[in-house]
Amino acid sequence: MATFQLEFVSPEKLLLSRPVEMAVLPAAEGEMGVLPGHAPMIVALRGGVITVREGGQETEKLFVAGGFAEVTPTRVTILAEEATPVASLSREDAERRIADCEKALAEAADATPEKREAAMARLLSARAMLAAAQAA
Amino acid sequence: MASLKALRMRINSVKSTRKITQAMKMVAAAKLRRAQQRAEAARPYAERMERMLGSLGAAVAGQPDAPRLLVGSGGDQVHLLVVVSGDRGLAGAFNTNVGRFARARVRELESAGKTVKILAIGRKGATFLRREFGSRFAGEISFAGKKAVGFEDAAEVASRITAMLEEGEFDVCSLIYNRFRNVITQVPSEQQLIPAALPEAGSDAQEGPQALYEYEPTEEEILASLLPQNLAVQIYRSLLETTAGFYGSQMTAMDNATRNAGEMINKLTLNYNRTRQANITKELIEIISGAEAV
Repeated sequence: MATFQLEFVSPEKLLLSRPVEMAVLPAAEGEMGVLPGHAPMIVALRGGVITVREGGQETEKLFVAGGFAEVTPTRVTILAEEATPVASLSREDAERRIADCEKALAEAADATPEKREAAMARLLSARAMLAAAQAA
Repeated sequence: MASLKALRMRINSVKSTRKITQAMKMVAAAKLRRAQQRAEAARPYAERMERMLGSLGAAVAGQPDAPRLLVGSGGDQVHLLVVVSGDRGLAGAFNTNVGRFARARVRELESAGKTVKILAIGRKGATFLRREFGSRFAGEISFAGKKAVGFEDAAEVASRITAMLEEGEFDVCSLIYNRFRNVITQVPSEQQLIPAALPEAGSDAQEGPQALYEYEPTEEEILASLLPQNLAVQIYRSLLETTAGFYGSQMTAMDNATRNAGEMINKLTLNYNRTRQANITKELIEIISGAEAV
């Protein structure tokens, strides 16, 4: 089956770069499956799980807390601050993160709308992390 | 002439100094290699981000409600200089160079009637500038206790700068740091952060003319979250280059110090041997003249 290059980069290093058949991205406005030859797009990612398919099977599930993806017909580049394999997510971590985010959101109650929105996005991403940890 | 004992003590003290500088040189060389690797590893992210920004910027440029990080506040009165230097000394002129560069820049801006604010990252540069421009300091950040600077540190600095921009505390922000050219050359240089200098779109020679991208959500929304990230990436890069440059500079400085200590030891040893010889000759003359007198 045709493949495209999937690149996963964090600010500190190149995490992954290899040809895959399909990737499912948690785009800001809904899950998005990418096959080779996809129209060029730039998408913002929300917190969620990236599923990679190779050889007709799901080979990897990675959790990202947010980021960006650049899609071209031959390549997908994901810019994310962290990527954790779903299997190594822990529930305690996710719960702690949710608690932190809820606190931050409460503190941002009278901040500017942009700041509240950013805190909200972090909380949603933490909830997605918990959901992913529970599913694994 | 100094006594033999005093000479011996000096030789020993210079010898231990040489041991220390030699050890520091080796440590700096090892750390330099690691710092260079980290700088290398950070490059792909910066490159991709630049490419995205290029195509986004072209789409959004010229719109009246473009984000402030991209276009600045419209004014040109208050300049914020972010000066990045090392946290430790013993690295030759590394910290002084960036300090001098910043000082010249502050003077230039002030003689043009602008207001200058300084955000100092790194202890050495801060002390250097505080002497003269203490009243312009807007903040001071140091990573002295850390083993290595991570991206979170850069992100923190970036969010601080963004907050200052939102408060309207400055109009233009630029970054002053030692650009790492190679192990022996670091060039102090200035880079404008806000308003963001966007890379040219479609400069990617490999893929030829870029197709037009679709955006999800809108260009503005992506740009609004991409720009703070880009700020952090720029700062992160400057921090990494400063770390690498610092160790490069320290390595050169310690190499010179080791060589100088070696030269000094040679001179002192020569002096010591001459003195010893002179003493022996003097004693012989005394004995001989004593024997002749009898």
